[in-house]
Amino acid sequence: MSEYAMLIDYEYCSGCKTCEIACNQEYKREAGKLGGVEVQEFIHFLQSGRLYITNIPHFTKACVFCAGRVKKGLKPACVQHCMANVLTFDTLENLKDKIPENRKALLWTKG
Amino acid sequence: MKNDGVKIIKTTTWSPGPGCHGGCGILVHVKDDKVIKVEGDPDHPWNQGRLCSRCLSMTQYMYHKDRLTKPLKRVGERGQGKFEQISWDEAFDLIEKKMKQIRQDHGPESMIFHQGTGRDIGGWISMLAYAYGSPNWMFGLSGISCYTPRLMMMSITQGDFAVVDASQWHEKRYDDPVYEIPETVTIWGQNLPATCPDGFFGHWYVDLMKRGTQLMVIDPRCTWIASRAKLWLQLRPGTDAALALGFIHVMIKENLVNMAFIEKWTNAPFLVRTDTPEPILLRETDLAANGKSTNFVAHDPVSNEFIIWDSDDQTYSKKNITPSMDVAFTIPLTDGTRVPVKTVWRMYKENAEEYTPEKVSHITWVPKDKIIQGARMYAKSSPSALHWGLPIDTIPSTIPTSQAVNHLWCLSGNLDNPGGNAIARYAYDVVTYPYHSGGSILSLPPEVAEKRIGINDYGPIKDFRAWAQPDKVLEQIFTKKPYEIKGMWIQTANPLACTGMEPQKWHKAIKQLDFTVCVDLFMTPTAMLCDVILPAATFLEKDSLKAWWVPLQAIKKVVEVDECKSDIEINLELSKRFMADFPYDNTHDLFDSLLKSAGITYQELCDNTWMIPPKGHPSRPYYRHEKGLLRADGKPGFRTPSGKIELFSSWLEKWCLAPMPYHEEPPYSPVSTPDLFKDYPLILTTGRRMGPFFHSEHRQIPWLRAQQKEPVLEIHPDTAQKYGIEHGQKVCVENWLGKITVKALVTPVIHPDIVMAEHGWWFPEKEGAEPSLFGVWDVNVNQLIPMGHEGKGGLGSPIKTMLCKVYKAKG
Repeated sequence: MSEYAMLIDYEYCSGCKTCEIACNQEYKREAGKLGGVEVQEFIHFLQSGRLYITNIPHFTKACVFCAGRVKKGLKPACVQHCMANVLTFDTLENLKDKIPENRKALLWTKG
Repeated sequence: MKNDGVKIIKTTTWSPGPGCHGGCGILVHVKDDKVIKVEGDPDHPWNQGRLCSRCLSMTQYMYHKDRLTKPLKRVGERGQGKFEQISWDEAFDLIEKKMKQIRQDHGPESMIFHQGTGRDIGGWISMLAYAYGSPNWMFGLSGISCYTPRLMMMSITQGDFAVVDASQWHEKRYDDPVYEIPETVTIWGQNLPATCPDGFFGHWYVDLMKRGTQLMVIDPRCTWIASRAKLWLQLRPGTDAALALGFIHVMIKENLVNMAFIEKWTNAPFLVRTDTPEPILLRETDLAANGKSTNFVAHDPVSNEFIIWDSDDQTYSKKNITPSMDVAFTIPLTDGTRVPVKTVWRMYKENAEEYTPEKVSHITWVPKDKIIQGARMYAKSSPSALHWGLPIDTIPSTIPTSQAVNHLWCLSGNLDNPGGNAIARYAYDVVTYPYHSGGSILSLPPEVAEKRIGINDYGPIKDFRAWAQPDKVLEQIFTKKPYEIKGMWIQTANPLACTGMEPQKWHKAIKQLDFTVCVDLFMTPTAMLCDVILPAATFLEKDSLKAWWVPLQAIKKVVEVDECKSDIEINLELSKRFMADFPYDNTHDLFDSLLKSAGITYQELCDNTWMIPPKGHPSRPYYRHEKGLLRADGKPGFRTPSGKIELFSSWLEKWCLAPMPYHEEPPYSPVSTPDLFKDYPLILTTGRRMGPFFHSEHRQIPWLRAQQKEPVLEIHPDTAQKYGIEHGQKVCVENWLGKITVKALVTPVIHPDIVMAEHGWWFPEKEGAEPSLFGVWDVNVNQLIPMGHEGKGGLGSPIKTMLCKVYKAKG
């Protein structure tokens, strides 16, 4: 599994936190306890003075990259349900071609 | 069935459960007759595998320990919270007996059938009301301020409803060759990623952004999507009409309107009399004794003759003419007097002339340059689509406001074009929920229909939609004039926590009635007051269908939960008891009958799960006005009285309302009530959406509640500092009507002179019995918003445009 990684096209993350609940459902997690992903919101003023909101899905210690689902040929629960389609789960090799060219993105590896 | 004993069933979402307006295709995982997981269906064109938080929480919702699972009968005082379980037979017998008694003693009109926001209920609650014989089917929000004003205005302006074309009519979606990606989408007053717009999927806009669409966002708050827009206009709440008129002003002045479209498809060339106290459309009857009052008059510049527009034939009396657009004359009437007339277009231009960017900037707080830039961005883009939200409804001036915004796509010709605003009809013309009068499952005799509350007060209430006017209903409960209200059937509604403005009044009203029933899934502050409570099924526990707007979809009963019954089954059983010759024996008979226009049975729909109307069907775009697919007579044009898009509205003229758009100040504002503003110096707006919750629902769902524990008030850092308020502190929000205590969310996303309060809050974990009622009185912001301020047509109310003061709470 170590060759798999998560590409996060976070500039389009709307902050809806669907990923958090998808993870809770998949692993029947207790509410309020750490799930596999948490969305962090940043409200910045750009140099121009313009407000700019960035949301970043942060994968926590609890994330197992949905190994069981992936084995069955399914996408991880958060990836499938992400309302903004900002998560891509694939091998590092395949993800190289999927990195967006015109904006910043994050690559999360399992290590 | 897989070998692990898990069955996977395809079905469609629609409230109850996620609470929303539905439409997503899902895969339900069932094991041992229990739902164990809900996932998005990757093959469904609507959501393409995605699914929101609320739907992903369905297992916690369905099997919640506090779920109502058996019918309950009140045994203590109202509000005391003492109920006993009864069987369904006992519940139906009791309801039948009590409601028949009311019908016999006071007439069927003395029973109100009260629904919440329009989801999978309109068809079935109107069926029950009419089977019982009452015309008083009602949505309780003051001024019916949720989509109805916009639907009404679209209906009378362009004959049909329109929504942004995000390719939802195509199975291949964005990749369909006939579809065009909008160059610009203007999002007017909606936080799309956090919301569930009517018949729409908010994140389609993220899909479009990725495909090159640029955004203009009009919102007092800088939402995430506003922060990503090319242009964000931060307007003062309630000034949307002025901003739209400012756009129209710039578009006309800079020649950015589509004159060919306007000349051909709108009533801009028609002549208007200006000698009358209010301008009125010149009719054929004004010129000829044997003329028709439904025909209008235009001018042919070549022959210099006045010509008649025949509304039945959809032709001018002279062939191959291009009517004059920008002229004024005097014209002889039948009695020989000469009166001044001018074209609608000239009058329209004069009306828009007043709304200069300078003046509009003063009204709206949007800088002049941005108004000009916005108008250009909207009008120069092709295709250009406009998505509007609830703030267009939640102001008393909703009629001229909806009209002005609606005109933007009419003036730019972005109507029923790919990637513009497409005309939205029920898929295959299957009506499960009548959004205008007509189309309901049963009908009432005229002498009963005439008793509908509000019908004599307001033209739009009389002619457009079959609902009773809620402000008038509440008033009548107390005045008992012209007749007494004795009972209320409440279904899909929680007026004490959500839809009721001045909820103290609804509380008093409900408590004083002779008999009340509440159908719900959980105990609520409203249910606590009722005599009988019936446990409703979620969408996974019932059969139903959806045709709003596309696709036509099946909702399938997947499992049962205890004794819960679907709203449809409940209403059908009671309809049979109230109406001797009720025409349907069971829900499938009813669905088959509703599906006649699609030429299929409910079973066949279930086999398909979803169906998109084929190309050429009147319920599928594009350019149907050109093809004669909109009107009953098959002629090109629109379903309006004249067949044209009525920029000067003959319906508004008939209802004695201004026929063209204008700005009207909210009833309470720095401008209209400057003295009050001294004591309450902040604009109070409300109703912004919260991702985990739908209105007043979901506060008891652990995964969702963990994302937000309590209600907040958004306040700007500068304002917070001014009042000595720190982030996370408890603050009182107060005005002359009431006070709530909530937590301060200090954030720069809100304008310094505006605060945003959340709606729909109560605490299922707190004491339910009176006086607590689940803590609703501590936090329900509707206590600061009045009933009885509906707009001139009985529509719209000042829900997002109140005034308040904010101070640190003691202790």
